[in-house]
Amino acid sequence: MKSEFTPPIGKITQINGQCISLIGNDIDTDRIIPARFLKCVNFDSLGESVFEDDRKTLKGNHPFDLEDNKNSSILVVNSNFGCGSSREHAPQAIMRWGIKAIIGESFADIFYSNCIAIGIPCFTLKKKFIEEIQNYCDNKFLFLEIDLKKSFAKSKDMNFNLEINESSRKMFLSGEWDATSKLLEHEKLIENKFYQLPYIKFNTNFL
Amino acid sequence: MSQDTLFDKVWDLHKVSSLPGGSDQIFIGLHLIHEVTSPQAFGALKDKNLKVKFPSRTVATVDHIVPTDNQSRPFKDNLAEQMIATLEKNCLEHKIRFFNIGSGNQGIVHVVAPELGLTQPGMTIACGDSHTSTHGAFGSIAFGIGTSQVRDVLATQTIAMNKLKVRQIWCANKLSNGVYAKDLVLHIINKLGVKAGAGFAYEFAGPAINALSMEERMTICNMSIEGGARCGYINPDEKTFNYIKNKSCAPKNEHWDKVLTWWKSLKSDENSIYDDVIKLDASKVEPTVTWGITPGQSVSINQQIPLLDDLSPNDKLVAKEAYEYMSFKPGQSIKDTPVDVCFIGSCTNGRISDLRVAAKVLKDKKVSDNVKAFVVPGSEKVATEAKQEGIDKIFKDSGFQWREPGCSMCLAMNADKLTGNQVSASSSNRNFKGRQGSPSGRTLLMSPAMVAAAAINGKVSDVREFIN
Repeated sequence: MKSEFTPPIGKITQINGQCISLIGNDIDTDRIIPARFLKCVNFDSLGESVFEDDRKTLKGNHPFDLEDNKNSSILVVNSNFGCGSSREHAPQAIMRWGIKAIIGESFADIFYSNCIAIGIPCFTLKKKFIEEIQNYCDNKFLFLEIDLKKSFAKSKDMNFNLEINESSRKMFLSGEWDATSKLLEHEKLIENKFYQLPYIKFNTNFL
Repeated sequence: MSQDTLFDKVWDLHKVSSLPGGSDQIFIGLHLIHEVTSPQAFGALKDKNLKVKFPSRTVATVDHIVPTDNQSRPFKDNLAEQMIATLEKNCLEHKIRFFNIGSGNQGIVHVVAPELGLTQPGMTIACGDSHTSTHGAFGSIAFGIGTSQVRDVLATQTIAMNKLKVRQIWCANKLSNGVYAKDLVLHIINKLGVKAGAGFAYEFAGPAINALSMEERMTICNMSIEGGARCGYINPDEKTFNYIKNKSCAPKNEHWDKVLTWWKSLKSDENSIYDDVIKLDASKVEPTVTWGITPGQSVSINQQIPLLDDLSPNDKLVAKEAYEYMSFKPGQSIKDTPVDVCFIGSCTNGRISDLRVAAKVLKDKKVSDNVKAFVVPGSEKVATEAKQEGIDKIFKDSGFQWREPGCSMCLAMNADKLTGNQVSASSSNRNFKGRQGSPSGRTLLMSPAMVAAAAINGKVSDVREFIN
């Protein structure tokens, strides 16, 4: 854990930082944050427990334990990252460790939407480019400057066109990724929907 | 883009608005909450000074952290006690109906909602739990959400979401004797892969699906998420309606007639358009067991663990990791693998029909001396029903421990955990590294009948040898 955590707020247009590479497909949310750490009523202390079991198994050699990676803020992963449980504790733990953006071959759906909801942009890149980054990170530091307006990442030695879901990109640029207030704007429409739905109309025994 | 499928119809019915950026604002008809993923959402409401918009559309129970041996309060585990107390307080404060321990209706949230008749066709259902896809068995559109979205549903009864594509998985013919819904869904995930469902809702259809009971259909939809699909569903039919009829929260009298007419109109049109269609032959499915660290890494009981060369380049990386973690050799038979722990339960296979099938296998048999076996009913209702049928006695006589309802060792948030590198035969849904509570514990997923067979023999066995 590094300097004190401050959650992202407002517009997210640019993310600059050092990359940390984590190799492996189908890395599930149980591995990102084992279930025993879900016994909490807030997310505050999750950062230190991120990848706890994998890190213990690797006895200090896990990417999240390496001295060289301690200031990293852009996580580079392979395919189907974040599969499994819907626990938002997983991206919360990653974010509280210090990650501000994730680039991967692909992400599991619920993990992806959890990341967007808490302000972590997730980008996809083709396998060969991910591997290029991961090989580079093996022996050198890679500092990327990610421009969300152009969906473009540049560095001293390489540049990439990143892909990101268009609605997510727009939400980050406008600062509306924290959905609650946007959803509340349509309060009248929500109430109309409530009274229109057949199962609500027909179902007086519901509760 | 899909057209006129059940998914399209339910989505359109619940669409409140189009949001800037292209996602939709979707009304959530039923919101289910539990103790693990809701406290931070209530905390966020408080921070933002917001109220629960429609308290009557949210229902709570407690399942993940409850002990299954001694449920008296306060729980021995202080953190677990704090979580249940927080849920009790939040439900009281926001006037949310809560099925607590001892209410007769507590249990795993995905077991409880259907048995109360809360889960109904044509609804949208969300819960801070990935196995919410279970409820799709009734022709509802149900999906797991994270805590921020739980907050959104509490505050607005809606969420922002991009519409999913729809893949129909057509299952021809019928399952053969000794082969269950669990085997079929493990087979589907193995064929399609664990990430194929990303961006999709899965529509399970065809004669093999139609022939399944409602509880078996729940097992199929439950594991959609293990194939990467956040949502899985089955078009409702007479079985669906009969299951719901007379349940305590089901519509009654003239309301029943009205809602039934509506439900009958709810299904994918014959000429509806899918983004993708996959066809498979259910009669070819055999009892299936996972050997690896993802639910897609499975083989039929008489097959060998695949060789690296037999796998696609994409599957090799995680296969190598799996051989090492599981201490299995490529080419080794899965049959006769010794097991240390046998667990029957979970939202996948902890319902009364699962217990009945396992009890049939266990009747007049004994659990192997080398095995610790326990059964955790999915809900208080399941436990009561099992006791009325004498099923608890069959389990206990065989050497199984009979426990109180909860999620238990599916995810091991309570005291039920593997130790060291124990191997478990488990009727649950995930064989991830460390999933069952030990960082080196190993999980073999299979049907409840197969778990019962493994318990008797002390090793992975073909249940067909017990029932034929």
